[in-house]
Amino acid sequence: MSRPEEQHDESRLDNRYAVPPPVTPDTDPARQNGHRPAPDQVGDVWDRRVASGLAFLRRRLAGDYEVDEFGFDPELTEAVFHPLLRRLYRDWFRTEVSGLENVPTDGAGLIVGNHSGTVALDALILSTALHHEHPDHRYLRLLGADLVFRMPVVSEIARKTGGTVACNPDAERLLRNGELVGVFPEGFKGVGKLYAERYKLQRFGRGGFVSAALRTGTPIIPVAIVGGEEIYPMLADIKPLARLLKLPYFPVTPTFPWLGPLGMVPLPSKWLIEFCPPIPTAHLMDSADDPLVVFNLADQVRETIQQTLHQLLERRPDPFGP
Amino acid sequence: MTPGGSQSLPGVVVVTGVSRYLGAHVAARLAADPRIDRVIGIDLPEPGPEIEALLDRVERIRIDAGSVGGLLADLDVDTVVHLALVSSPDPQHGGRAAMKEQNVIGTMQLLAACQRAPRLRKIVVRSSTAAYGASFRDPAVFTEETEPREVPRGGFGRDILDIEGYVRGFRRRRGDVTATVLRFAPFIGSTADTTLTRYFAQPVVPTILGRDARLQFLHFEDALEVLHRSVVEDHPGTFNVAGPGVLALSQAIRRAGRIAVPVLEPGLSGAVALARLMGFGRYGLDQVDLFVHGRVVDISRLEREYGFTPRSTAAAFDDFIRAHHGRAVVTRDQLAAAEKLVLDQIRQVRSAVRERS
Repeated sequence: MSRPEEQHDESRLDNRYAVPPPVTPDTDPARQNGHRPAPDQVGDVWDRRVASGLAFLRRRLAGDYEVDEFGFDPELTEAVFHPLLRRLYRDWFRTEVSGLENVPTDGAGLIVGNHSGTVALDALILSTALHHEHPDHRYLRLLGADLVFRMPVVSEIARKTGGTVACNPDAERLLRNGELVGVFPEGFKGVGKLYAERYKLQRFGRGGFVSAALRTGTPIIPVAIVGGEEIYPMLADIKPLARLLKLPYFPVTPTFPWLGPLGMVPLPSKWLIEFCPPIPTAHLMDSADDPLVVFNLADQVRETIQQTLHQLLERRPDPFGP
Repeated sequence: MTPGGSQSLPGVVVVTGVSRYLGAHVAARLAADPRIDRVIGIDLPEPGPEIEALLDRVERIRIDAGSVGGLLADLDVDTVVHLALVSSPDPQHGGRAAMKEQNVIGTMQLLAACQRAPRLRKIVVRSSTAAYGASFRDPAVFTEETEPREVPRGGFGRDILDIEGYVRGFRRRRGDVTATVLRFAPFIGSTADTTLTRYFAQPVVPTILGRDARLQFLHFEDALEVLHRSVVEDHPGTFNVAGPGVLALSQAIRRAGRIAVPVLEPGLSGAVALARLMGFGRYGLDQVDLFVHGRVVDISRLEREYGFTPRSTAAAFDDFIRAHHGRAVVTRDQLAAAEKLVLDQIRQVRSAVRERS
């Protein structure tokens, strides 16, 4: 599909950071010799780029693409959203990922993470990490709050990139289809907490995610994400304004709302993502409705994430370091 | 009389709403089936000439579904197929009030008559996937067990909820009757004429800004097939009937070669209300809700119980496009030609630049 484009994009990024480009030399001769490369070779590369770009445009305008029942549009995600997010992921946040071997190469998995950052960029960075770094380039199907799906434009971007409403029927359906599902059980309590409470996991609600995993016998993979808390450090929450605007919180950060639109630029914190060993649930499939089993498992996941967060924070003494 | 000569085959079938497109096609199809003894079509209005031609083998009685009363008992009817539903108000024929009268009161009276018909063994009721309502907390895919979270804003959606409620009551009172409720996705096809086909047939199509609903369609022929099987086979219960797969609204508009014009949702709802007040209610809140929320259903129960899979949403929509191709604003060939033209231009310019340097 758009693999060649993607590789060019990566090679450009790589050059900027002096990392050896993963592409073969002949795909990108323009970068190889400093001044003017051999014209016919360049012509070939650009010709292919233009042709594939036009073909993409034609397919989009003619509606010649597939959308799944949740509204996921892999072609658009691959060609537009992932390249944009990769910029943020590598250039801006310098994300490092570990424990990818804990993520199944095929088949279902429920990825449970800590939520943070006033604006839930952590979900998008996590899905970029999985798609970019995982050997099988897996898509993460995110479960989002219904507020996301109330907002026009945002709701459609969420659906087109593979997201859906956080509810058990959708989670179980995705897991039965063998997808990787991403969930943040803290919800707005996690995203909207003050900077003073950074990296302290909030309550995990009713543990609906655990029963979804139990009902489908899917392993739960806890993931700890460090870096999200510093992108928009929330110093205060103006509750009356939030109520007025029907939002869960109204943030005040060092830059927002003082600098207006500039305050929307996330601070360039250093990100670390670690996937923890999977917790198998296949042997507990009969206990999906047993609240004790569900709560215990939810606690186990929560503890794992919290401990991993502490370990990662020790590895990263300076939040804005290299 | 043993109905149809076998335990499960029907003898006398009554079809309601035969003066309309769906009812007439179903009645004609059942009448052509040699396994069925007698097909009686009932409806109040006189059918148009096109529909009249379909009904030559169907006995017709001109009453509305509501006043069937003793007819069912007198004629030894064993199967009733209830299709007399109106999906959008018709300003020429009483508007929303008449629509509700026919949908809700008509169904209620028909079911009351069915309840008193001693020989009745089967009832097939047309419903709609609008039964799932529309809410932002809805799951992406509805199964038959999904309960609506919010009562729909549109009249048709509310009528459907009422109708299904009456069928539930009927099932409780007449446990011996096989009751099949078919929740149809919007019909589409080369000949079907519905609110949605009229919508997609316009050259410029209004959509809702920032929303791209997931839609499913059902090919009209497949709707006939499922209704036919419901009459000659036994399938008690409620079934989603839709073409597998999904088209986004924007994608459907592009495939049809039409131009989308996004409109702000609050403005659109207001405009719809205003249009209703002024008497041209072609589109209702039913359509606005569909286009904001989208509607996708799971059809695995239908596939399992009927052993039948309708053609896909994309294939059904393609059939519709082929029939309405003449009015496309942008065709696939034009796009391909434009692609080639731009590519050739760029190649020419590039080679010219290369020669000069």
